[in-house]
Amino acid sequence: MDSPLLPHGVKRCSPWVFFFWTLPWLALLAWGGLSAFLCLWKGLNQTNMSNVFAFALWIVFDLAVIALGAGAFFTGFLTYIIGKKELKNVINTAVIIGFICYSGAMAMLGIDIGQPIRGWFIFWHANIHSMLVEVSFCITCYLVVLLIEFIPIILENRKLEEIKELRMFGHNLHEVMAMFAATGTFLSFFHQGSLGGMFGVMYARPFAAREGFYIWPWTFFLFVLSAIAAGPCFTILCTKLTEFLTRKKLVPDNAIQLLAKISAWLLSIYLVLKIFDYLGWMYGVVPRAGLTFMDFFKEGPYGVWLIVLEMIFCGILPAVILMTPAARKSQPWLIFACLLNCTGIVLNRFLFIVVTLAIPVMPFDRFWSYLPTWQEWGIGLAVVGYGFLLFSLAYRYLPVFPKERELNPVAE
Amino acid sequence: MTPLSFEWQWNIEYGIFFGLLYVALGIIGAGLTVVFIKTVLQALGFMRERHF
Repeated sequence: MDSPLLPHGVKRCSPWVFFFWTLPWLALLAWGGLSAFLCLWKGLNQTNMSNVFAFALWIVFDLAVIALGAGAFFTGFLTYIIGKKELKNVINTAVIIGFICYSGAMAMLGIDIGQPIRGWFIFWHANIHSMLVEVSFCITCYLVVLLIEFIPIILENRKLEEIKELRMFGHNLHEVMAMFAATGTFLSFFHQGSLGGMFGVMYARPFAAREGFYIWPWTFFLFVLSAIAAGPCFTILCTKLTEFLTRKKLVPDNAIQLLAKISAWLLSIYLVLKIFDYLGWMYGVVPRAGLTFMDFFKEGPYGVWLIVLEMIFCGILPAVILMTPAARKSQPWLIFACLLNCTGIVLNRFLFIVVTLAIPVMPFDRFWSYLPTWQEWGIGLAVVGYGFLLFSLAYRYLPVFPKERELNPVAE
Repeated sequence: MTPLSFEWQWNIEYGIFFGLLYVALGIIGAGLTVVFIKTVLQALGFMRERHF
């Protein structure tokens, strides 16, 4: 039925199988659509957010997907600026994942601000001293860059490529891609950093506050480093999941191994700096606030175990696996390490957002608990559904993996 | 956001923040403009299409 739209020389499942595959993701999108409608119609009382939990599940999702989507800018930087030719086999995947992550995050923020009709205020009436303003500008501009990077991939569709002008436009865009990749790197560096910086300057919340360099708290640099350490691992995970589902080899091993090796080094450097950051915080910021480290974990379900989980099981363990060449070359170990690395970054963002807000600050404060409503889960999971749907459509109709034909020859 | 809006202030902080923003937007805009012009010239036959 849709065979004229499929890329040349590759095998795809039947339209019916594809239709049934999309059903769960469409269901998640429908759940998200209903939740979004309720939030826009009735207001943010549909959520369990409050004056204490102004940042909640959506911001955890946002920061997590933005960090995981960092594979797009970092792979672009390595491919176009540093000139790592092997990564040309994985750059399309990284760009699509980045586009999904950032567009999903922006859609979720549209609901989170409560009145999206006034969303443009942050741009027009910009408070330039706010880290969030810098984040808003950079994320919006970077989404435009991602769209520009995605367009040539869309224009490689078999039917679209038959239109001469579109083919020319796609090729011309491709020729100047290094310039867009450099701009994307600049924008990403600042918004990943400012997301971290925003927590570091919360001086009234000693659990998040940090010292730093000039106007930038250490969290500014740690957020950038953790994102570029985890982003490539998320790209590897998505590639491996696609290979598992399609039962095909889609990317040559050298590209995956290079990404894993770079990720291993970045994660190791990040962990060393993060340990120093924790020590500096425990013996500097915390005592100056009149507290001890254990004071943060007196109440509620969030204990020291979260930090142990973040640093040891989802930090040092995947770093050791990825740094060991034999383990990195073993597929199960590679996937396990990538999963742990990605879980670690989500946990890190959760600690900075939810735990920071839950812990009492004043002597008369109490521990605040928060559980998301079904509407909040609906919007969060809709991003997952949207991601699966868009990536599935891209895989079906676009030549996402340049070596797919070569690695999986189809008998004519 | 622009020197024409009433909140605009002529100081170094505004200069750096919006300067960098407009440089980034300028690069994106200039890149797209070059690509559009090149495509139009190629489509009209004034320029040769490069094949990869």
